[in-house]
Amino acid sequence: MVWPIDLAVLTLVVITSIGALMVKDLLGAAILFGAYSFMMCLLWTVMGAVDVAFTEASVGAGASTVFFVAAVFRTSRRTKD
Amino acid sequence: MKIIGLIVAILVGALLIYAAEDFPAWSDPASPASTYLSPHFIEKTMEETSVPNIVTAVLADYRGFDTMFETTVIFSAGMAVFLLLRTFRREEPEARHYRHVLTGVTLRVKEGGELPPSDDFERIDSLWTPHDLIIKTVCRLLIPFIQLFALYVIAHGHHSPGGGFQGGVILGASIILLAISQDLRTAVKRMAEKLDALLCAVGVLIYAGTGALCLLLGLNFLDYSALASVLHVDPITARSHGILIVEIGVGIAVMATIIWIYNNVSSKGKYEQGL
Repeated sequence: MVWPIDLAVLTLVVITSIGALMVKDLLGAAILFGAYSFMMCLLWTVMGAVDVAFTEASVGAGASTVFFVAAVFRTSRRTKD
Repeated sequence: MKIIGLIVAILVGALLIYAAEDFPAWSDPASPASTYLSPHFIEKTMEETSVPNIVTAVLADYRGFDTMFETTVIFSAGMAVFLLLRTFRREEPEARHYRHVLTGVTLRVKEGGELPPSDDFERIDSLWTPHDLIIKTVCRLLIPFIQLFALYVIAHGHHSPGGGFQGGVILGASIILLAISQDLRTAVKRMAEKLDALLCAVGVLIYAGTGALCLLLGLNFLDYSALASVLHVDPITARSHGILIVEIGVGIAVMATIIWIYNNVSSKGKYEQGL
Protein backbone atom coordinates (compact mmCIF):
# COMPACT_ATOMS: atom_id res chain seq x y z
CA MET A 1 0.00 0.00 0.00
CA VAL A 2 1.30 3.46 -0.92
CA TRP A 3 0.60 5.39 2.25
CA PRO A 4 0.61 9.02 0.94
CA ILE A 5 -2.10 8.13 -1.64
CA ASP A 6 -4.00 6.21 1.02
CA LEU A 7 -3.85 9.13 3.44
CA ALA A 8 -4.93 11.65 0.78
CA VAL A 9 -7.88 9.49 -0.30
CA LEU A 10 -8.90 8.83 3.30
CA THR A 11 -8.84 12.57 4.06
CA LEU A 12 -11.03 13.21 1.02
CA VAL A 13 -13.46 10.49 2.16
CA VAL A 14 -13.84 12.21 5.54
CA ILE A 15 -14.17 15.68 3.97
CA THR A 16 -16.77 14.61 1.38
CA SER A 17 -18.82 12.64 3.90
CA ILE A 18 -18.97 15.55 6.36
CA GLY A 19 -19.64 17.92 3.47
CA ALA A 20 -22.52 15.78 2.19
CA LEU A 21 -24.11 15.98 5.66
CA MET A 22 -23.51 19.69 6.21
CA VAL A 23 -24.36 21.19 2.83
CA LYS A 24 -27.79 22.88 2.63
CA ASP A 25 -28.15 22.40 -1.12
CA LEU A 26 -29.41 18.84 -1.66
CA LEU A 27 -28.11 18.71 -5.23
CA GLY A 28 -24.66 19.57 -3.92
CA ALA A 29 -25.05 16.89 -1.25
CA ALA A 30 -25.89 14.34 -3.97
CA ILE A 31 -22.79 15.28 -5.96
CA LEU A 32 -20.64 15.16 -2.81
CA PHE A 33 -22.05 11.72 -2.07
CA GLY A 34 -21.03 10.61 -5.56
CA ALA A 35 -17.51 11.95 -4.92
CA TYR A 36 -17.50 10.08 -1.58
CA SER A 37 -18.45 6.85 -3.38
CA PHE A 38 -15.69 7.34 -5.89
CA MET A 39 -13.13 7.93 -3.13
CA MET A 40 -14.32 4.75 -1.39
CA CYS A 41 -13.86 2.98 -4.73
CA LEU A 42 -10.24 4.21 -4.89
CA LEU A 43 -9.69 3.09 -1.30
CA TRP A 44 -10.91 -0.41 -2.10
CA THR A 45 -8.71 -0.55 -5.19
CA VAL A 46 -5.71 0.37 -3.03
CA MET A 47 -6.66 -2.43 -0.61
CA GLY A 48 -6.85 -4.93 -3.48
CA ALA A 49 -10.62 -5.56 -3.45
CA VAL A 50 -11.08 -4.83 -7.15
CA ASP A 51 -14.51 -6.46 -7.47
CA VAL A 52 -15.94 -4.38 -4.63
CA ALA A 53 -14.32 -1.26 -6.10
CA PHE A 54 -15.93 -1.98 -9.47
CA THR A 55 -19.35 -2.38 -7.85
CA GLU A 56 -18.88 0.84 -5.87
CA ALA A 57 -17.84 2.74 -9.00
CA SER A 58 -20.84 1.57 -11.02
CA VAL A 59 -23.56 1.48 -8.34
CA GLY A 60 -22.40 4.08 -5.80
CA ALA A 61 -20.81 6.71 -8.00
CA GLY A 62 -22.94 6.06 -11.08
CA ALA A 63 -26.47 4.83 -10.56
CA SER A 64 -27.27 6.12 -7.07
CA THR A 65 -26.03 9.65 -7.91
CA VAL A 66 -28.43 9.69 -10.85
CA PHE A 67 -31.25 8.52 -8.56
CA PHE A 68 -30.43 11.24 -6.02
CA VAL A 69 -30.32 13.94 -8.69
CA ALA A 70 -33.64 12.73 -10.11
CA ALA A 71 -35.21 12.72 -6.63
CA VAL A 72 -33.88 16.22 -5.84
CA PHE A 73 -35.16 17.45 -9.21
CA ARG A 74 -38.64 16.14 -8.44
CA THR A 75 -38.79 17.39 -4.82
CA SER A 76 -37.24 20.50 -3.27
CA ARG A 77 -33.68 21.52 -3.70
CA ARG A 78 -33.05 23.01 -0.27
CA THR A 79 -33.16 21.11 3.00
CA LYS A 80 -35.42 22.30 5.81
CA ASP A 81 -33.06 21.67 8.74
CA MET B 1 -33.09 17.25 18.97
CA LYS B 2 -30.12 17.86 16.72
CA ILE B 3 -27.74 17.95 19.70
CA ILE B 4 -29.14 14.67 21.06
CA GLY B 5 -28.63 13.07 17.66
CA LEU B 6 -25.07 14.38 17.53
CA ILE B 7 -24.31 13.00 21.01
CA VAL B 8 -25.77 9.59 20.09
CA ALA B 9 -23.79 9.50 16.85
CA ILE B 10 -20.54 10.41 18.61
CA LEU B 11 -21.14 7.81 21.35
CA VAL B 12 -21.92 5.04 18.86
CA GLY B 13 -18.91 6.06 16.76
CA ALA B 14 -16.64 5.94 19.82
CA LEU B 15 -18.04 2.52 20.74
CA LEU B 16 -17.39 1.21 17.23
CA ILE B 17 -13.82 2.56 17.21
CA TYR B 18 -13.28 0.99 20.64
CA ALA B 19 -14.66 -2.34 19.39
CA ALA B 20 -12.56 -2.19 16.22
CA GLU B 21 -9.47 -2.60 18.42
CA ASP B 22 -10.44 -6.26 18.87
CA PHE B 23 -10.49 -6.98 15.15
CA PRO B 24 -7.58 -9.00 13.79
CA ALA B 25 -5.06 -6.79 12.02
CA TRP B 26 -5.41 -6.14 8.30
CA SER B 27 -4.14 -9.21 6.33
CA ASP B 28 -3.27 -11.02 9.56
CA PRO B 29 -2.57 -14.68 8.65
CA ALA B 30 -3.60 -15.84 12.14
CA SER B 31 -7.11 -14.31 12.00
CA PRO B 32 -9.99 -16.85 12.16
CA ALA B 33 -11.08 -16.29 8.56
CA SER B 34 -7.54 -16.75 7.25
CA THR B 35 -6.81 -20.00 9.09
CA TYR B 36 -9.11 -22.37 7.21
CA LEU B 37 -11.69 -20.55 5.03
CA SER B 38 -9.53 -18.34 2.82
CA PRO B 39 -6.86 -21.01 2.19
CA HIS B 40 -9.61 -23.41 1.08
CA PHE B 41 -11.00 -20.90 -1.44
CA ILE B 42 -7.56 -19.84 -2.65
CA GLU B 43 -6.27 -23.40 -3.12
CA LYS B 44 -9.41 -25.29 -4.17
CA THR B 45 -11.49 -22.84 -6.24
CA MET B 46 -9.66 -23.52 -9.49
CA GLU B 47 -9.88 -27.31 -9.23
CA GLU B 48 -13.45 -27.36 -7.88
CA THR B 49 -15.10 -24.83 -10.22
CA SER B 50 -12.46 -24.00 -12.88
CA VAL B 51 -13.09 -20.28 -12.31
CA PRO B 52 -9.89 -18.19 -12.02
CA ASN B 53 -11.60 -15.23 -10.31
CA ILE B 54 -12.15 -16.47 -6.76
CA VAL B 55 -14.51 -13.59 -5.91
CA THR B 56 -16.93 -14.63 -8.66
CA ALA B 57 -16.80 -18.28 -7.58
CA VAL B 58 -17.48 -17.40 -3.94
CA LEU B 59 -20.24 -14.94 -4.85
CA ALA B 60 -22.19 -17.09 -7.30
CA ASP B 61 -21.30 -20.64 -6.27
CA TYR B 62 -20.09 -21.13 -2.70
CA ARG B 63 -22.32 -18.32 -1.41
CA GLY B 64 -24.93 -18.59 -4.15
CA PHE B 65 -27.88 -18.52 -1.78
CA ASP B 66 -26.80 -15.13 -0.44
CA THR B 67 -26.48 -13.66 -3.92
CA MET B 68 -29.89 -15.03 -4.90
CA PHE B 69 -31.55 -13.08 -2.12
CA GLU B 70 -29.48 -9.99 -2.95
CA THR B 71 -31.06 -10.18 -6.40
CA THR B 72 -34.45 -10.55 -4.74
CA VAL B 73 -33.72 -7.43 -2.68
CA ILE B 74 -32.98 -5.50 -5.90
CA PHE B 75 -36.26 -6.80 -7.37
CA SER B 76 -38.15 -5.76 -4.22
CA ALA B 77 -36.60 -2.27 -4.41
CA GLY B 78 -37.87 -1.88 -7.96
CA MET B 79 -41.33 -3.12 -6.95
CA ALA B 80 -41.41 -0.78 -3.94
CA VAL B 81 -40.52 2.29 -6.01
CA PHE B 82 -43.14 1.28 -8.59
CA LEU B 83 -45.88 0.77 -5.97
CA LEU B 84 -45.05 4.03 -4.16
CA LEU B 85 -44.63 6.38 -7.10
CA ARG B 86 -46.51 5.12 -10.15
CA THR B 87 -49.73 6.96 -10.86
CA PHE B 88 -52.07 5.74 -13.53
CA ARG B 89 -54.36 8.77 -13.59
CA ARG B 90 -53.65 10.36 -16.91
CA GLU B 91 -53.24 14.10 -16.44
CA GLU B 92 -52.46 15.91 -19.62
CA PRO B 93 -50.20 18.90 -19.02
CA GLU B 94 -51.83 22.24 -19.83
CA ALA B 95 -49.49 22.98 -22.68
CA ARG B 96 -47.39 20.76 -24.89
CA HIS B 97 -44.20 21.90 -26.53
CA TYR B 98 -43.07 20.94 -29.99
CA ARG B 99 -39.88 21.72 -31.83
CA HIS B 100 -39.63 22.04 -35.56
CA VAL B 101 -36.74 19.70 -36.34
CA LEU B 102 -35.31 21.57 -39.31
CA THR B 103 -35.38 25.12 -37.98
CA GLY B 104 -35.35 24.62 -34.21
CA VAL B 105 -38.42 26.82 -33.74
CA THR B 106 -40.30 25.84 -30.57
CA LEU B 107 -44.11 25.87 -30.55
CA ARG B 108 -46.29 25.94 -27.46
CA VAL B 109 -49.64 24.22 -28.02
CA LYS B 110 -52.28 25.22 -25.48
CA GLU B 111 -54.66 22.78 -23.82
CA GLY B 112 -57.05 21.41 -26.40
CA GLY B 113 -55.04 22.96 -29.20
CA GLU B 114 -54.55 21.33 -32.56
CA LEU B 115 -51.41 19.32 -33.12
CA PRO B 116 -49.18 20.44 -35.96
CA PRO B 117 -50.18 18.41 -39.00
CA SER B 118 -46.60 17.63 -40.08
CA ASP B 119 -44.01 15.01 -39.19
CA ASP B 120 -41.33 17.67 -38.88
CA PHE B 121 -42.30 18.42 -35.28
CA GLU B 122 -40.98 16.50 -32.28
CA ARG B 123 -42.47 16.65 -28.82
CA ILE B 124 -40.15 18.14 -26.17
CA ASP B 125 -40.30 18.49 -22.39
CA SER B 126 -41.85 21.71 -21.13
CA LEU B 127 -39.80 21.99 -17.93
CA TRP B 128 -36.32 22.15 -19.31
CA THR B 129 -35.64 21.87 -22.97
CA PRO B 130 -31.99 21.86 -23.88
CA HIS B 131 -31.33 21.17 -27.51
CA ASP B 132 -27.72 20.26 -27.99
CA LEU B 133 -26.73 18.42 -31.14
CA ILE B 134 -23.28 17.53 -29.75
CA ILE B 135 -24.62 15.88 -26.57
CA LYS B 136 -27.28 13.95 -28.48
CA THR B 137 -24.88 12.72 -31.15
CA VAL B 138 -22.05 11.81 -28.78
CA CYS B 139 -24.41 9.91 -26.46
CA ARG B 140 -25.98 8.10 -29.40
CA LEU B 141 -22.51 7.07 -30.57
CA LEU B 142 -21.33 6.05 -27.09
CA ILE B 143 -24.33 3.97 -25.96
CA PRO B 144 -23.61 0.89 -28.14
CA PHE B 145 -20.04 0.76 -26.84
CA ILE B 146 -21.19 1.14 -23.24
CA GLN B 147 -23.60 -1.76 -23.76
CA LEU B 148 -20.89 -3.85 -25.40
CA PHE B 149 -18.62 -3.19 -22.42
CA ALA B 150 -21.44 -4.19 -20.05
CA LEU B 151 -21.89 -7.50 -21.87
CA TYR B 152 -18.13 -8.04 -21.67
CA VAL B 153 -18.21 -7.37 -17.92
CA ILE B 154 -20.99 -9.93 -17.44
CA ALA B 155 -19.44 -12.58 -19.68
CA HIS B 156 -15.86 -12.07 -18.51
CA GLY B 157 -16.64 -12.11 -14.78
CA HIS B 158 -15.00 -15.53 -14.51
CA HIS B 159 -11.59 -14.17 -15.42
CA SER B 160 -11.54 -10.49 -14.42
CA PRO B 161 -13.31 -8.22 -11.92
CA GLY B 162 -16.95 -7.86 -12.79
CA GLY B 163 -20.04 -9.98 -13.06
CA GLY B 164 -23.78 -9.71 -13.18
CA PHE B 165 -24.25 -6.79 -10.79
CA GLN B 166 -21.69 -4.48 -12.37
CA GLY B 167 -22.59 -5.41 -15.93
CA GLY B 168 -26.30 -5.01 -15.20
CA VAL B 169 -25.78 -1.57 -13.70
CA ILE B 170 -23.73 -0.46 -16.71
CA LEU B 171 -26.42 -1.79 -19.10
CA GLY B 172 -29.08 0.08 -17.16
CA ALA B 173 -26.94 3.22 -17.06
CA SER B 174 -26.68 3.19 -20.86
CA ILE B 175 -30.48 3.39 -21.14
CA ILE B 176 -30.53 6.10 -18.43
CA LEU B 177 -27.95 8.02 -20.48
CA LEU B 178 -30.36 7.79 -23.42
CA ALA B 179 -33.17 9.11 -21.21
CA ILE B 180 -31.01 12.03 -20.01
CA SER B 181 -29.45 12.98 -23.34
CA GLN B 182 -32.65 12.64 -25.42
CA ASP B 183 -35.77 12.51 -23.26
CA LEU B 184 -37.67 9.98 -21.17
CA ARG B 185 -40.14 9.13 -23.94
CA THR B 186 -37.33 8.01 -26.27
CA ALA B 187 -35.93 5.71 -23.59
CA VAL B 188 -39.36 4.30 -22.71
CA LYS B 189 -39.98 3.66 -26.40
CA ARG B 190 -36.83 1.50 -26.46
CA MET B 191 -37.44 -0.13 -23.08
CA ALA B 192 -41.16 -0.21 -22.31
CA GLU B 193 -42.43 -0.29 -18.74
CA LYS B 194 -43.98 -3.74 -19.13
CA LEU B 195 -40.69 -5.10 -20.46
CA ASP B 196 -38.88 -3.58 -17.47
CA ALA B 197 -41.19 -5.24 -14.97
CA LEU B 198 -41.06 -8.53 -16.86
CA LEU B 199 -37.24 -8.61 -17.12
CA CYS B 200 -36.97 -7.72 -13.45
CA ALA B 201 -38.86 -10.87 -12.52
CA VAL B 202 -37.28 -12.98 -15.28
CA GLY B 203 -33.79 -12.30 -13.90
CA VAL B 204 -34.73 -13.55 -10.44
CA LEU B 205 -36.54 -16.49 -12.05
CA ILE B 206 -33.42 -17.49 -14.01
CA TYR B 207 -31.40 -17.52 -10.79
CA ALA B 208 -33.94 -19.38 -8.66
CA GLY B 209 -34.87 -21.62 -11.59
CA THR B 210 -31.25 -22.73 -12.01
CA GLY B 211 -31.20 -23.61 -8.33
CA ALA B 212 -34.48 -25.49 -8.59
CA LEU B 213 -33.21 -27.34 -11.67
CA CYS B 214 -30.22 -28.56 -9.66
CA LEU B 215 -32.67 -29.72 -7.01
CA LEU B 216 -34.75 -31.59 -9.62
CA LEU B 217 -31.62 -33.25 -11.03
CA GLY B 218 -30.91 -34.81 -7.68
CA LEU B 219 -28.37 -32.56 -5.95
CA ASN B 220 -28.60 -29.64 -3.52
CA PHE B 221 -30.25 -26.31 -4.35
CA LEU B 222 -27.78 -24.20 -6.43
CA ASP B 223 -25.23 -27.03 -6.69
CA TYR B 224 -24.40 -26.45 -10.33
CA SER B 225 -22.51 -29.72 -10.80
CA ALA B 226 -25.97 -31.26 -11.23
CA LEU B 227 -26.21 -29.41 -14.55
CA ALA B 228 -23.48 -31.65 -16.01
CA SER B 229 -26.01 -34.09 -17.44
CA VAL B 230 -28.03 -31.29 -19.06
CA LEU B 231 -25.06 -29.37 -20.49
CA HIS B 232 -23.11 -32.53 -21.47
CA VAL B 233 -19.90 -31.45 -19.72
CA ASP B 234 -18.03 -32.72 -16.67
CA PRO B 235 -19.29 -31.54 -13.25
CA ILE B 236 -16.43 -29.03 -12.76
CA THR B 237 -17.10 -27.23 -16.04
CA ALA B 238 -20.81 -27.43 -15.24
CA ARG B 239 -20.17 -25.35 -12.10
CA SER B 240 -18.39 -22.74 -14.22
CA HIS B 241 -21.29 -22.65 -16.71
CA GLY B 242 -23.83 -22.55 -13.89
CA ILE B 243 -22.12 -19.43 -12.53
CA LEU B 244 -22.40 -17.80 -15.97
CA ILE B 245 -26.14 -18.62 -16.25
CA VAL B 246 -26.75 -17.18 -12.80
CA GLU B 247 -24.72 -14.04 -13.56
CA ILE B 248 -26.82 -13.46 -16.68
CA GLY B 249 -29.95 -13.68 -14.52
CA VAL B 250 -28.51 -11.17 -12.05
CA GLY B 251 -27.51 -8.86 -14.90
CA ILE B 252 -31.00 -8.89 -16.43
CA ALA B 253 -32.69 -8.24 -13.07
CA VAL B 254 -30.33 -5.41 -12.10
CA MET B 255 -30.52 -3.71 -15.50
CA ALA B 256 -34.32 -3.74 -15.56
CA THR B 257 -34.58 -2.55 -11.95
CA ILE B 258 -32.16 0.36 -12.46
CA ILE B 259 -34.13 1.58 -15.48
CA TRP B 260 -37.46 1.02 -13.76
CA ILE B 261 -36.45 2.99 -10.65
CA TYR B 262 -35.00 5.82 -12.74
CA ASN B 263 -38.14 6.09 -14.89
CA ASN B 264 -40.42 6.22 -11.85
CA VAL B 265 -38.31 8.65 -9.82
CA SER B 266 -37.44 11.07 -12.61
CA SER B 267 -41.01 11.34 -13.92
CA LYS B 268 -42.80 11.22 -10.52
CA GLY B 269 -44.43 8.00 -11.70
CA LYS B 270 -46.21 9.62 -14.65
CA TYR B 271 -43.85 8.57 -17.45
CA GLU B 272 -44.67 11.89 -19.09
CA GLN B 273 -41.55 14.01 -18.71
CA GLY B 274 -38.18 12.97 -17.43
CA LEU B 275 -35.19 14.74 -16.01
